[in-house]
Amino acid sequence: MILDILVQGAQMAAVLAAAPLVTGFVRKVKARLQRRRGPSVFQPYRDLARLMRKDAVVADNASWLFRVVPYLVFAATWVAAALVPTFAGGLVFSWTADLIAIIALLGTARFFLALAGMDVGTAFGGIGSSREMMISSLAEPAMMLTMFALALVAGSTQLSTVSAVLATPEVGLRVSLAMALVALVMVAIAENARIPVDNPATHLELTMVHEAMVLEYSGRHLAMIELAAMLKLTLYLSLIACVFAPWGIAPAGAGVAAFAAGAAAWLVKLAAGGFLLGLFETSIAKMRVFRVPDFLGAALMLGLLGTLLLFVSRSM
Amino acid sequence: MQATATLLLVVSALLALAVPGLALSRRPGAGTLVYGGALAASLTGLVAALAALLSGASSELVLPLGLPWIGAHFRVDALSAFFLAVVNLGGAAASLYGIGYGRHEEAPQRVLPFYPVFLAGMNLVVLADDAFTFLVSWEFMSLASWALVLAHHREAANRKAATVYLVMAGFGTMALLLAFGLLAGTGGEYGFAAIRAASRDPAVASLALVLVLVGAGSKAGLAPLHVWLPLAHPAAPSHVSALMSAVMTKVAIYGFVRIVFDLIGEPAWWSAILLLALGGATAVLGILHALMERDLKRLLAYSTIENIGIVFACLGLALAFRADGMGWAAALALTAALFHVLNHALFKSLLFFGAGAVLNAAGSRDMERLGGLIHRMPATALFFLAGSIAISALPPFNGFISEWLAFQAILQSPNLAGWGLKIAVPAVGGMLALAAALAAACFVRAFGVSFLGQPRGREAEAAREADRFSLAAMGVLALLCLLAGTLPGFVIDALAPVTRLLVDGAMPLQADRPWLSIVPIAESRSSYNGLLVFAFIVLSASLSAFLVHRLASRRLRRAPAWDCGFPVPGAVTQYSAGGFAQPFRRIFGTTIFAARDEVVMPAPGDARPARLSVTIHDPVWERIYLPLAGAVDRLAGWLNRLQFLTIRRYLTLVFLFLVALLMVLALWT
Repeated sequence: MILDILVQGAQMAAVLAAAPLVTGFVRKVKARLQRRRGPSVFQPYRDLARLMRKDAVVADNASWLFRVVPYLVFAATWVAAALVPTFAGGLVFSWTADLIAIIALLGTARFFLALAGMDVGTAFGGIGSSREMMISSLAEPAMMLTMFALALVAGSTQLSTVSAVLATPEVGLRVSLAMALVALVMVAIAENARIPVDNPATHLELTMVHEAMVLEYSGRHLAMIELAAMLKLTLYLSLIACVFAPWGIAPAGAGVAAFAAGAAAWLVKLAAGGFLLGLFETSIAKMRVFRVPDFLGAALMLGLLGTLLLFVSRSM
Repeated sequence: MQATATLLLVVSALLALAVPGLALSRRPGAGTLVYGGALAASLTGLVAALAALLSGASSELVLPLGLPWIGAHFRVDALSAFFLAVVNLGGAAASLYGIGYGRHEEAPQRVLPFYPVFLAGMNLVVLADDAFTFLVSWEFMSLASWALVLAHHREAANRKAATVYLVMAGFGTMALLLAFGLLAGTGGEYGFAAIRAASRDPAVASLALVLVLVGAGSKAGLAPLHVWLPLAHPAAPSHVSALMSAVMTKVAIYGFVRIVFDLIGEPAWWSAILLLALGGATAVLGILHALMERDLKRLLAYSTIENIGIVFACLGLALAFRADGMGWAAALALTAALFHVLNHALFKSLLFFGAGAVLNAAGSRDMERLGGLIHRMPATALFFLAGSIAISALPPFNGFISEWLAFQAILQSPNLAGWGLKIAVPAVGGMLALAAALAAACFVRAFGVSFLGQPRGREAEAAREADRFSLAAMGVLALLCLLAGTLPGFVIDALAPVTRLLVDGAMPLQADRPWLSIVPIAESRSSYNGLLVFAFIVLSASLSAFLVHRLASRRLRRAPAWDCGFPVPGAVTQYSAGGFAQPFRRIFGTTIFAARDEVVMPAPGDARPARLSVTIHDPVWERIYLPLAGAVDRLAGWLNRLQFLTIRRYLTLVFLFLVALLMVLALWT
């Protein structure tokens, strides 16, 4: 029992420790692809430490909510990230929440962040909150239908079970799974405010959604929010990896060697996902905000098509 | 026997309270007396109903009232016990709130007599065990609430709302009357036991189902019969709005469930698809309306329509599973529906109380005049925030549980036999997900614009915190929302007798699960533990806050807002409710509501301000109701000519009519 809790704790620590590295790695990949040298992959750690040490400057009319939100957003995202199988499946608390609940936890984090954007009462905060909620309201149905296709194949919404089932050779290659993968990747791009939906690197007012929402934050509050965003990226990469590349994930109650192998596999998968993300972001332009419905509508259609294809193939 | 008698005593106590409400309404202590009495009566009713639900015993009672050869039948079984608990819980909360809120009432003589009668009417509908008592109680409930909608009758909008409500309520009762007429058959058996036992033609059952859907659906706010709801619910005083939105719509759902799941027998195969489609469409339409709305109370009323849609979609799913003999899945879907009934009663009461407190303190329901209330009304803001999280279906609050159960039920749809349902159910699942996400956006907007930012008017700037009774009512409801979200297993277990009664199946017992998590089918399929999620969030948030303050910096400086370097002072520059809704208006509104944003720019050199105007059309009102009203008007104008005939012509008419009648009779036999 204590050992189980220790492994669970190790997973929580692992996602937290790896999250800035993943972001740093994506930035490095993008820099290299743009023929820049770019900062070290460890730069996000230094940025976070620097922000933590600084004074927090809070607007005059900000309420208590503004100061509480960073910790709540971080906590909700961290809990969600710790429930996605990374190096091992079937951990002691893995039944606490299934895929639907994990996505909903991220929704809670976003709800608070959008409220914080409106707390000071500036135009930028409001526009960020409004657009963030718009994007999420389009992404959520697409996510639901994608989940539906996955649950149909695996007979479960429990992530450990899904990844265990999809790792078995009987599942094989399926068109619907490919559609679900594409849909999930599109949703993940939108949810993480990446190009082409949003640009994480910009401070040009008219193009930003997520950054506009957190514009008033500084110091340790900003550090917590940035860390939460990094955790979210890691979460989605781990999620895609554990569902569509479930190899190497240690089963419940495995030994230390299996855990180490699982951790190595996880790091490799994160690196591959990060590289692909950097490559994709470098090769595509950001789209206008009112093109986002088309983008996410395509994800929705793919999810629905995948589900219907599964019905058809099952009945034959 | 016992539960029914206790609840009938509660009803008579409530009816008796109308007397001091009428006689003493202008005295200062009358409000405290009536609301305090109603609180005591509702709490008694709540305890009796909960005891009946948990013991699982059903009891009945016949009183020599009403039609002499029938009498009035009353009965409490698991289903009515659950709904009685919801009614009395909402009634108790509203009464507690009313003790404080009622003091601000300008015309207490228009509220106090009707309030306890309204509560009594809702109890009676759920208690009734024959069609006659049911319909009389239903009308009783409608008319009492109609009188309460007219409480502030000097505002023209309220008078219009009351007229529309009266017409729609009458229409709905007529549909129910016809439905019971069909169900009772030629024998005229009005007792529910006799209706349940009778066998009937499938066509008759289908017709009755459609009539019940119209009758109960119009009271619950199912699209396209919802148009009266956003007019009438906000017009009443806020605690009555809460009762109408959170409780009366649930009584309508009770009527639907009682007749369709219990009395009709096996309904036609298409009824499930009809319910699913209507439910999904209602949910999306309701929440889109709410997103466009700038009146806080009307926003809440529209969001009620959304929640009713979710409940009806779950009920349709339960019907589909039951028809295929999958009792466990039907139980899951029905549990989701009933859990959502309870949840909506909790958080919608809470939100209407909050809106009432805001209306009292800032003198406006228009969000464009509010703002910054979190500084002046911190407790109200906290409770309203809890309600907003709950209604947005976000963990760890209770709204998420019913949504999650609904999704779990939807995921069982591949096992259904019919292809139509197989394809319809995932699409409805997508619609429910869309509605949930839009609800989150809607309540970020409602809370953000009303409570956060800078005050948009002088009255909002001078707002004061609500009184103790109002805060107590809101606090209790917020706590119940959190409890139902973190300990959902107890609610699910309490609902098991109801599902066993209606769909012959129940969800697995949750109480013996380790760590109080909930498991709809099997642990390998899905499970959720609200308590642990809540504990993890609280722990990691406090731990991180503690570590950051301890190890890094804890200094805080206050400064003017940064706003990307261009801060413009003044509340008008912040985002408005209309601005927040703009992306949604553009994506969803242009097709559904024919929404248009128009900017009028004065010529260069002209000193007038530019103006932005938004026009939104309600498709249901303009495409269905206005043409219908026009047709009725034309028909009435045409028939009006009959009033101005000579006696000779009247005699001719009477003669012709008699001949025609006799001809018909002759041909008939």
